[in-house]
Amino acid sequence: MATLKVPITAEDHAQGLESADVTLVEYGDYECPYCGQAYPVVHQLQKQFAKRFRFVFRNFPLSEMHPHAEAAAEVAEFAGAQGKFWEMHDKLYENQGRLGEALYVDLAEKLKLSTTALHQALQQKTFEARVRADFKGGVRSGVNGTPTFFINGHRHDGSFDFETLVSAIRQAMATVKSA
Amino acid sequence: MAQSSASKVTPIHSGGILSAGAVAPNFTLHVTPDQTLTLSDLLGRPVILAFYPADWSPVCGDQMALYNEILPEFRKYGAELLGVSVDGSWCHDAFAAARHLHFPLLSDFEPKGAVARQYGAYRAADGVCDRALFVIDKKGTIAWSYCSPVAVNPGADGILQALEDLPNKDLPK
Repeated sequence: MATLKVPITAEDHAQGLESADVTLVEYGDYECPYCGQAYPVVHQLQKQFAKRFRFVFRNFPLSEMHPHAEAAAEVAEFAGAQGKFWEMHDKLYENQGRLGEALYVDLAEKLKLSTTALHQALQQKTFEARVRADFKGGVRSGVNGTPTFFINGHRHDGSFDFETLVSAIRQAMATVKSA
Repeated sequence: MAQSSASKVTPIHSGGILSAGAVAPNFTLHVTPDQTLTLSDLLGRPVILAFYPADWSPVCGDQMALYNEILPEFRKYGAELLGVSVDGSWCHDAFAAARHLHFPLLSDFEPKGAVARQYGAYRAADGVCDRALFVIDKKGTIAWSYCSPVAVNPGADGILQALEDLPNKDLPK
């Protein structure tokens, strides 16, 4: 069973409390349609489990397959460096069909981020190393496509519809309680 | 023929597929409709042999596409990656072009699955290769192998660990 090899740190993009019973880590790609399908499911899970649940997102752009995936990941990291990772993350998935320079500028403006700084970051590949580090860590942990989820460090090999994830998370919660 | 020669050179089996320590059975397979590749030509560097059931799995993160993304990590160890399935070389051509694959796909097409059988990686009931991975060291000995449940893409963590653990590896550049 594949397990998460890169521990969650303060560098990670996380929503929820460190003390949550269950942490769900997603390795995702902004252009992957399956990640697009998983995006609202994660929101549902956050509502369902509230404070008992923490969500971490890491980049796994499949750039050979998805020409926009790398830049989109760097755009999210750019926003993240200014404390707006999740706003950008959400908007990228909500506009997945329009990924590209025009959308990035549009979203940066909406989030009141400097578009000049954005262009510069993309051109100079300021966040490429960060994205690559996520990717490499994912490979080492057995990420086998996108999205790949880890529930409390264990790769979830089942499907990622709401019901399946709820039941896998409940199982993980039960383990935590009995431990 | 293929099976009898396999039993001579391959004393070590576990769960069906050849295990570490076995000599990797040599083979020559089509890599394009008019070119072949012989395993022993790659002696001197590690080889990753990835048997998989079929081209055109209907998912984004299919195994070959994933390995294509990870290719630079494999190459750091000087390793050659070879994908093997029973699909014909014209099919491989189209699949590799569609997925922008930068490594060879070999056709274990005629006699069907003969090489996969030598490695213990053929699913006779389904007529396709298993999802079996082999890391072969530069002397042609299997250093690591793993057979994944056919529905589970095994990822690449095991391959990278095996490359890392090769005793006679050249240091990553």
